[in-house]
Amino acid sequence: MKHTGLLWVIALAAILAAHGSAAQDQGVRIPSSWTTTTVSGQGQPAGYVEYQKYCSACHGPGAGRPGTAALEAKYKGAEPALLDQRTDLTPELVKTYVRNGISVMPFFRKTEISDAELEAIARYLTRNNKR
Amino acid sequence: MKVPPGLSPSDFARAISAFELAVGKQWVFTAEEDVALYRDPYSPFLGEPDELVASAAVAPDGVEQVQKVVRIANQYKIPIYPVSTGKNLGYGGSAPVLSGSVVLDLKRMNRVIEVNEENAYALVEPGVSYFDLYRYIQEKGLKLWVDVPDPGWGSPIGNALDRGGGYLMAQFRNHFDSHCGMEVVLANGDILRTGMGAMPGAQTWQNYKSGFGPWVDGIFSQSNFGVVTKMGFWLMPEPDAYLSGTVYAAKHADLILLVKILNYLENTRVTNGMPDLGSPLLGIPMISEIDVWNRGEGPPPPGPELASLLAKSEGGYSAELEQYALAHGISYWSCKLSFYGPTKANQANWEFAKEKFSAIAGAKFVDNESFKLPLTPEQCERVHKPQFGIPSLTMFSIGARSRTNPDPTNGHMWFSPIIPRTGEAIFEANRVFSQAAKKYGIPALAFSLPSCYWERAFIFIFAFPVTRDVATNQKNRAAFRALVQTAAEHGWGEYRTAPAYQDVIMNTYSYNDHSLLRFHETLKDAVDPSGILSAGRYGIWPRHLRKTQA
Repeated sequence: MKHTGLLWVIALAAILAAHGSAAQDQGVRIPSSWTTTTVSGQGQPAGYVEYQKYCSACHGPGAGRPGTAALEAKYKGAEPALLDQRTDLTPELVKTYVRNGISVMPFFRKTEISDAELEAIARYLTRNNKR
Repeated sequence: MKVPPGLSPSDFARAISAFELAVGKQWVFTAEEDVALYRDPYSPFLGEPDELVASAAVAPDGVEQVQKVVRIANQYKIPIYPVSTGKNLGYGGSAPVLSGSVVLDLKRMNRVIEVNEENAYALVEPGVSYFDLYRYIQEKGLKLWVDVPDPGWGSPIGNALDRGGGYLMAQFRNHFDSHCGMEVVLANGDILRTGMGAMPGAQTWQNYKSGFGPWVDGIFSQSNFGVVTKMGFWLMPEPDAYLSGTVYAAKHADLILLVKILNYLENTRVTNGMPDLGSPLLGIPMISEIDVWNRGEGPPPPGPELASLLAKSEGGYSAELEQYALAHGISYWSCKLSFYGPTKANQANWEFAKEKFSAIAGAKFVDNESFKLPLTPEQCERVHKPQFGIPSLTMFSIGARSRTNPDPTNGHMWFSPIIPRTGEAIFEANRVFSQAAKKYGIPALAFSLPSCYWERAFIFIFAFPVTRDVATNQKNRAAFRALVQTAAEHGWGEYRTAPAYQDVIMNTYSYNDHSLLRFHETLKDAVDPSGILSAGRYGIWPRHLRKTQA
C-alpha cells in the first residue's frame, strides 16, 4: 500500500508539473511574411527579402497584385508599375507611405514592419536611383 | 501622451514602467507616431475628434507576459484592447472601441504549436497569419489546406474570433465553427483552457470540441471576456481533385427555384465548396471573377440599348429588360458550384446537380475547370486562390485604383446583414435596401447578390466608402445606422461590424428587453469586474461605462 501511495504522489506531481507548464510557450516561431513561400535573399541586394515579405503580395508582378494594378492605372506607363523597378523614389517617400498608407493600402505597425525592416525596404527601392 | 480615461498621468506612467518591465522596453509603444499606427486605417471618423485612438500599445511575446500585462492593467484599472494581427480592415482595424485604451498587440506571439496531418488540425498563437500557417504546412510537405479568408494576411485566431469566413468545404468555411479548443487569459490573469483542454494532459484537445459540461468557447468570440492566446483549428485534408461548373438561368423569377435547388444540393453535400452567385445581365461578377473584372478583363460594357434598359429597370427588373435578355441569349443569373473530392465523384455530383437544375426551364450549363490536386504553379496563377486554401491579397482590388476604377476610396466599412437563404429574400432585401439608399442619399447598386459563405443563410456585404471628406463620412455613417434599423425592422441582423456601429447593432438584438445584452453584461461584471478588457467591444460595456454609453 505504501508503494501505491508513493506512486500516486509521483503521478500527482507529474500532473501538477504538466498543469504548471500551461503558461510556457511551446511551438515553432514563424517569422511573419505575406508570402506563400519563404523568401531567400541569396545573391540579392539588401532589402530584397524585406520587400518580398511585406510588399510583393500587392506590388509584385503578375495578375492579382492590386498595388501593381493601381500604379499601372495611375502612371499609364510614365513610371514602371512595379515599385522595385522605379528609380525616382526617395527613402523618405517609401517610409511615409508605409507609415501613413495611401488609398486602400493601410499603414503598418512596428510589430508588423519594424523600423529596421522599413529602412531596408527603403534602401532596396532606391538602390537604382541615379546618384 | 494620451492617458486612458479615468487615469491620472502619474499612475499611467507607473503602469507604463510596469509594462516595460513585463515585456521589455522596446515593446511598449508610447511615442505619438508609434501609437498612431494603432488607428483604424479605414476609420469613418478620419480627421474628426471622435476618431478612435489608443493611448499606448504593449506587445507581449508569450502567455506569461500576457498574464503580467493583464494583472498590471487590473492593478491600475487600465482599459486594454487585445488584437491578434490587427488587420480586420473594414471592421475596425486595430483601433480600440474605447478611445484611450492600451492596445495589447499579440502579433509577436507567432508560434505554430502543432500541426497534425493524420487528424488534420493546427494549434496556433494569435500572431500567426494565414500566410504563415500556409507556409509552415507547405514547407513541411503536409497534405492539409487552411480555409483562408479574403484577404489572407490576418490571423486564424483574430478572424475566427470576429467570426469570419472562407471558401472551402462547408464545415471549414465558418472559421469560428471550425475551431477546436482554445486557451484564454482571463481578466484576473488566470489561464483557462476550453473543451478537452480543461483536462491536464488531454490527448484530444484539438479533436473533440465540447469537452464536458457547458461549452463556453462562443463567449470569447465578438466579446471582451478574455484574451485568447491559443486556438485549435480543423484543417481540410487536401482533396484528390477540384471541379467547377456553372449553371445559368434565363429569367428573373428563376432565382427562386435556383436557390431552392442550390440549398438542397448544398445541404446534402452534393456540392461542397462555396457556391458563387452572379448575374451576366446585370453585370454582377461572381466572387471568383471580381479581380478579373476589376482588371478590365471582364465582359464588355453593355451597349446603348441594354444600358438604357438597365437604367430604367427597378430592382434589376423590367419586363422589357427580361425580354431583351431572352432575345439576346444573356442569362439573368449564374451560379458557380465547386466540388472537392475524387475526380469521378466530382463528375458524378456535377451531373446530378445538372439533373436537379434542369427543373429550371432553359437552364444552361458550362463545365469549368477540373484540376487534379495539388495545383501546378501555372494553374495557381489562374484561379481565385482562397478557393484552393491559398492566402492572397488580391481582394484589395476592391476599392483600389485600377483601369476600371480611376478614383480609389480611402477604405470602406462593410455593412453585412444576414438574410434567409431564399430567392424571395434576395428580391425583398434588394427592394428594401434600394429604397433606403435613395431615402438616405447614398449610391445604390441596381441590384446586389449575396454571398454564400454560410450554409443556411445568405449574407450581403455592402461597401460603404470611407473618404477624406468629413461631411461625406458623417452622411455615410448616418446612412449606415439607418440601414441597420431598416434591416432590423425586416428581421435581418448584421453578423459583424466596426466599433462605430457595434452599439447600434447590438441594440437591434433586443428580444425581451435586451435579455441577451443583459446576460452579456452579467457575465462581464462577473469575469471582468474592473472592466479592463476591450470595453465596449460588440456593445458590451463594463458597469462603470454602461450608463454613459446607453
